Amino acid sequence: MTAPAVRWSEHPAAVALAGRHRVRAWEPIPWILALAFYFLFPKYLGFGTELLITVLFAISLDLVLGYAGIVTLGQAAFFGAGAYTVGILAKRGIWYEPITGLILAAAVAAVVGLGSGLVLLRTQGLTLLMLTLCTMALLEEAANLAHEYTGGFDGLDSLPIAPLLGVFEFNPLYPKTQYLYVLSVLFVCFVFVRTLVYSPFGQSLTGIRENTLRMHAVGAPVRSRLVLCYALSAAIAGVAGGIWAQANAYVNLGTLGLDRAATVLIILVLGGYGRLYGAFVGAVAYMALSHFLSKIYPTAWQLGLGLLLVVIALFARNGILGIVEAAARRLRPRATS
Amino acid sequence: MTAPLLETRALCRNFGALAAARDVDFRLETGARHALIGPNGAGKTTFVNLITGVIPPTSGVILMKGRDITKIAQAQRVKLGIARTFQINRLFRRLSVLENVCIAVAERAGAASSMFRPAGTRRDVVEEAMHLLETLRLTADASRRISELPYGRQRLVELAIALGLKPEVLLLDEPAAGVPSAESHIILDAIDSLPRDIGVLIIDHDMDLVFRFAERITVMVSGAVFATGSPREIGADTNVRAVYLGQAGRA
Repeated sequence: MTAPAVRWSEHPAAVALAGRHRVRAWEPIPWILALAFYFLFPKYLGFGTELLITVLFAISLDLVLGYAGIVTLGQAAFFGAGAYTVGILAKRGIWYEPITGLILAAAVAAVVGLGSGLVLLRTQGLTLLMLTLCTMALLEEAANLAHEYTGGFDGLDSLPIAPLLGVFEFNPLYPKTQYLYVLSVLFVCFVFVRTLVYSPFGQSLTGIRENTLRMHAVGAPVRSRLVLCYALSAAIAGVAGGIWAQANAYVNLGTLGLDRAATVLIILVLGGYGRLYGAFVGAVAYMALSHFLSKIYPTAWQLGLGLLLVVIALFARNGILGIVEAAARRLRPRATS
Repeated sequence: MTAPLLETRALCRNFGALAAARDVDFRLETGARHALIGPNGAGKTTFVNLITGVIPPTSGVILMKGRDITKIAQAQRVKLGIARTFQINRLFRRLSVLENVCIAVAERAGAASSMFRPAGTRRDVVEEAMHLLETLRLTADASRRISELPYGRQRLVELAIALGLKPEVLLLDEPAAGVPSAESHIILDAIDSLPRDIGVLIIDHDMDLVFRFAERITVMVSGAVFATGSPREIGADTNVRAVYLGQAGRA
């Protein structure tokens, strides 16, 4: 191959591509806010911990749904797999250490993702949607039946979790440790996903989402890329589930249910999928809205949420972040998009 | 005598009762400029889909340089050097022109499975993609989204993606279809200036394009090879005129 005489790396398109992954000026904002929350609202750290875990779970969904275009309703299967891994190991006295516990949770969830992905990802569209739902329902029923291990419908409570790094106790009433622990894990997982989506691998996932047929025609191993992405996403969902079990010292069937899977999907659609930060915006918006709506209309607050979703689906396909992006583009019409 | 670049022997494909390919014996030589023509529904696109491995044949074999590739999967055939363009654009519409070509180049260069390095910093991939855009005079459009591009330019991106795979066999399925005639010369020039070491098979029913480009023509009718020969032989063949050129002549 002969080197071209012109310096192509100076072409605006190449410069834009080479700088696409750089950290933008606004990107530290959510992290600063999350840290500020810790100091400003010490009474609400339990709520904050739950919120951060939801963000982490939504990021795992964004990887498969927003980037690879895999439509799934069964993401909670992996959340539950991670949660029950931590729960069963702790309850049976096999493993208490939190950080390695999360690695185990990720591994188990990844194996579930790999196994189910190998079968499910042969299908697509509505079939895939139904099969992901079925997989989750099967796992939920299995957890219900195996109550010797899982506690069945009652779940497992008072899980003994060792202090973080051998020093910081998890106090369920005053969850300072939990909050900072979850925030750190969220940051690590976020950096991982962010690196992934800007890599050539992530680029090829976007290619599969945009035009699967074309990806086949350029010689991409489409199925194995999708399965790998599905397993990685499952691992992150497993971390979210595992850390949820650790933070609450508790696991129940709700970690595996449709409620959780549907909520995280709503959050991602609300915030804007395929954008990394949609998970943050969506989770905050969802939590704030459900809080606000349930105050003004306690009996049927979900009606308001449903109406909002209809509006988003009809008029703002890219969610709240999509609206912000469109507004920013209108303010600076000549800026590079 | 060396084996041809690409060869099919008694290739058949049935869709239910319809025989879309019937005992197709076909040879594409290295560096060939070969055209495949035939009326609508003659099985031209089916033939491309068989060669590229999109659909398996009902019977028959496909050989590349003498090696049987009939059972080899689509992605592997691309690695062996068989690339195609589509009759209807199949591009990544929400990505930039450069990104479109980069995806193909990264795939061929084996860079596409790497997970921890930003795609834009693979300078070898980006430079090769930019170089391709230059040869197709697409440099000015490099940062535009596909969806913002006129159809004729999109056809060029189709071509750029296929060339990014460094093919030995290039299958062009109606490369100028849907392009306004004012722009079609860009496509024709691009095809004319393809490297001579690529064997090109062009599928079209635009006779001007075919007779300008092809050194050899195969006529397909109802899934079977009807005639093969030089443009002059095909042009003079009265049977071909009757089934195909005649129709076009009367139109």
